[in-house]
Amino acid sequence: MAADGTLAVPTAAGAGSGRANTLQRFARRRSTIAFLMTLPLLVVVVGLVGYPAAYGIYLSTLNRRMTGFMEGDWLPTGLGNFEILFDSDTFWMVVWQSCIFAITAVLLKALIGFWLAHMLHHIPTKGQRKWRGMLLVPWVIPPALSTLGWWWMFDPSYSSINWILNIFAVPAVPWLGEPWWARASVIIVNVWYGAPFFMIMYLAALKSVPEQLYEAAAIDGATSWQRLRYVTLPMMANIISITVLFSLIVTFANYDIVRVLTNGGPRDLTHVFASYAFQVGILSSNIPRGAAVSLFMFPILAVCAFFVLRGVTRRNKEQM
Amino acid sequence: MSATAANRGIPGIYHKAGSLRAERRWALWTAYISLIIACIIFLAPPVYMLLTSLKSNAEISDLTLNPWLIRSPTLENYEAILGNPIFIRFFINSAIVTTCVVVLTMVISVLAAFALARMRFWGSQVLATGVFLTYLVPDTLLFIPLYQIVGGLGLLNSVWGLILVYPTLTVPFCTWIMIGYFASIPKELDEAALIDGASWSQMLLKIFVPVAMPGIIAATIFAFTVSWAAFVYPTAFVTTAESMPLTIGVVSQLVRGDTFAWGQIMAGALSAALPPVIIYAFLMDYYIAGLTAGATKG
Repeated sequence: MAADGTLAVPTAAGAGSGRANTLQRFARRRSTIAFLMTLPLLVVVVGLVGYPAAYGIYLSTLNRRMTGFMEGDWLPTGLGNFEILFDSDTFWMVVWQSCIFAITAVLLKALIGFWLAHMLHHIPTKGQRKWRGMLLVPWVIPPALSTLGWWWMFDPSYSSINWILNIFAVPAVPWLGEPWWARASVIIVNVWYGAPFFMIMYLAALKSVPEQLYEAAAIDGATSWQRLRYVTLPMMANIISITVLFSLIVTFANYDIVRVLTNGGPRDLTHVFASYAFQVGILSSNIPRGAAVSLFMFPILAVCAFFVLRGVTRRNKEQM
Repeated sequence: MSATAANRGIPGIYHKAGSLRAERRWALWTAYISLIIACIIFLAPPVYMLLTSLKSNAEISDLTLNPWLIRSPTLENYEAILGNPIFIRFFINSAIVTTCVVVLTMVISVLAAFALARMRFWGSQVLATGVFLTYLVPDTLLFIPLYQIVGGLGLLNSVWGLILVYPTLTVPFCTWIMIGYFASIPKELDEAALIDGASWSQMLLKIFVPVAMPGIIAATIFAFTVSWAAFVYPTAFVTTAESMPLTIGVVSQLVRGDTFAWGQIMAGALSAALPPVIIYAFLMDYYIAGLTAGATKG
C-alpha cells in the first residue's frame, strides 16, 4: 500500500502539465459522445411523438375531400372539424361516456387496489408472494385477449355469469345489449384488468412506510382507522395521486376493451374517444376529423400529465 | 389535561389487551376472505377461457349443462388452432415484431439512459423530463397522424411499420427506469473506472450494464409485454391477415361468421397470452420491479 502510494505521487505530478489540454478535449469529447448516445432516443421522441403531434394538429384543420395520400387537394377549413364535432350529438355522447368510463373505472380500481393491498399487507409475509402472484394475473394477460374471454362470458345466450346469477334467482342480465349494462360491462372489465396494478403500486408504497410510525401511533393509542387516516394515507398520498392520475390517462385513452367488447354499440352509446376516433378516422376514412377527435383528449391528458410530473419530481426530491 | 387522558387510558389498556388478539384474528380473517374473493373474481375469466377451450363444440352449445364444469375434456380446439397456418403466421409475426422492438428499445434506452444519468450535458435535464412526458402520451392520441406517416412510407400492412412505431410505446418508459437504475449506481464506481483509464464504452459495458442487470431485465420484460400486447397500432395499420400480429389476428380473424367457434377462439386467445404469462411466472420479481419502478424510482 505504502509503496503504491509513493509511486503514484510523482506520476500524478508529471501528468499535471499536459492535463488542462486533455481535460478540455475530454470534456468536448464527452458531450459529443453523450449527444451520439442520446441521438436514437431523440429520433424516437421527435420523429415518432413530436412530429406526429404537430402533424396531427395540422391534419385536424383539413377537410376530408381527398383521403388519398399526397393527392394535394386537402381543402383547409380552419377549425371546421371542431365546429362539426361540437354540433354533433354523438360527439357529446362520446365525451360524456369517456368521462363516466374513466372516472368510475379509476375510482373503483383505486379503491379495490387499496383494499387488496391493505389486506395483502396484513397477512404473514410468507404467504404474500403466492397471493400477489395470483392477483396480478389479470394485468399480465394482454387485455385484448382477456376481453375476448369476458365477451364470451357476457354472451347473450351462453353467458356463464347469468348462469351463476340464475342460481341466486337473479334474472338474466342483457350485458352487452342495453346501453347502461354495456357501459357497466366495459367498466367491469377495465376494473378487473387495472385493479391489480393499483394493488401492486399501493403494496410497494405500504411496505415503504416505516414501521416505527405505526409503533408510535400504537403507543399514542391510535385506533386502526386513525392509523390509516393519519399515518398510512399521508405517507402514501404522493403515490396514490401519481397512480390515480397515470391510470386516468391510460383509462381515458383506452381502446382495446371497448373495441373487443362492444365496438361502440349499442347505437354508438359506448364509444370512448379512442374508439370513436378510430371509427371516424380509419374505418370511415375521414382522417382529419378522426385526428380532431383524438386531439380532444389532449387537454385532459395534459392536465393529468402535469400533476403526475409534479408528483414524481416531488417524490424524487424527497428521496434524495 | 394529560392526567385525564392518562386516567382514561389506563382502563382502556386492560380492555384492549384482551381484545387485541381477537381483533388481530378478525383482521386476519377479513384479509383472507377478501383475498379469496378477489382471487376467485380475478381468476374466473382466464379459468373459464381454459374450460371453454377444452370443451367440444357440442358441449359448449348445450345450454342444459353447467358452463363452469367440463364433461369430456378434449384437445381438439388446440389441435385445430395450432394446425391453422394463419394462426402460426400471427405467432411468427408477433415474435418478429417483439424481438426487433425489444432489441431496438434496449439499445436505444440503455445508451440514452447512460448518457442522461452520468454525462450531464446541456439540455440533459430537459430531455429526461421530456422522456417522461412522452411516456405519458397514450398510443390512441397519435395513431391517426402515425397512420398517415406510416402510410406515406408505404409500410401499412407490414410488420416493419409496426417495428417502426412500437418504440413509441416502449422506449420512453424503459429509458426512464434505466435512468433510475443507473443513477442509483454509486459515483465512486465510475470514478474508479475512469482513473483506471476506462473509456466510456468500457464503463457502460463492463460496469453499468452488469451492475444494473436487474433493471435491464425489468425493462426488457416491460418492452416484451408491451409490444406483445400492443393493440391500437396493429389494428389501425394492418388489415391483411398475413402480416397481423397475434392480438389483432385472434380478435379479428378467429371471430368471424355467424357461428363463433368459441372453443377455438378461447384456445387461440390463451395460446396467444401464454408467452407473457410464462415470463411473468418465471420472472415475477423483475416484472413487479419494472411495474413499480415508474413511480418509485427515476
